[in-house]
Amino acid sequence: MAKLTLNDLRKLRDEKQKTMAKRDPSNKDAQVIVGMGTCGIAAGAKETFNAIIEELDAKGITHVLVRQTGCMGLCHSEPTVEVIVPNMPVVIYGNVDAETGRQIVHAHIIGKTLVDNHICDKPAMDIVR
Amino acid sequence: MIPVHATVCDTLADLVQNSIEAGALRIELDVYTGPDAIRVRVADNGKGMDRETLSKAKDPFYSENGKHNHRRVGLGLPLLYQTAEAVNGKADVQSTPGKGTTVVFEFDANHIDTPPLGDLPATLLGLMTFEGAFDLILKRETPKDGYRVSRGELADVLGNLTEPANLILARDFLRSQEQGLIY
Repeated sequence: MAKLTLNDLRKLRDEKQKTMAKRDPSNKDAQVIVGMGTCGIAAGAKETFNAIIEELDAKGITHVLVRQTGCMGLCHSEPTVEVIVPNMPVVIYGNVDAETGRQIVHAHIIGKTLVDNHICDKPAMDIVR
Repeated sequence: MIPVHATVCDTLADLVQNSIEAGALRIELDVYTGPDAIRVRVADNGKGMDRETLSKAKDPFYSENGKHNHRRVGLGLPLLYQTAEAVNGKADVQSTPGKGTTVVFEFDANHIDTPPLGDLPATLLGLMTFEGAFDLILKRETPKDGYRVSRGELADVLGNLTEPANLILARDFLRSQEQGLIY
């Protein structure tokens, strides 16, 4: 692949924005936060992150912000993903591989239902205290 | 093989996260890969450490209060020293309170236990999506080629680095830089 220049990137973005603007001008009201501490990285958080942004983009979802953060203290359950959607409880999911990441996009963000068997509820006590 | 981080990118992600958490506004990341050596430098203008804190940071059973107030382990630097020792490499940390910290390490590219570089574009993208106003400047070099990219210029071109569509564009941009490298 030839190296893209910043100008190429600017053009790609302008093209993308035209199609996005048609879809949905609404506010960014939801957030997906992927834990990327040492533990998250080791457990495959990069693949999870990638799967989530690809799925959100493929479904044309524009109201979700995606960020990364450090360790949430749930190293035994990495990769962890916190999902904040209005009118739903704030949930931290654990053991989120790429497939579960896509499931979170479908079930939680689009379907407004929680994804069973992956809910960790909240950060570890040594983090929140 | 003793347990070490799976890739060099895992190690440098730890180090850059340390810089972000130290309140750095400018983080320089230099990554060189050549036939004989892998060299990385992470230099930040964060809060820095005094000599005592720095010596503790090398201890796996130390973590700074404030980040995780009740936690008793911190593995970033200890894992780096462990890997360096395992692969005939070296690692060094220089820090000045109030001014910043610079971490450099070098691994023997041909040592059998030297971790592979890993996915640099994905690692960088991840680091760029941490919250905060910091700039992260990558200087990537091979013996014959190189490129430079910063969080600031990507955010400037794309508008933000939080929307999924922008993140994918940024990822593809970073991938194209890495895949277009001449060795």
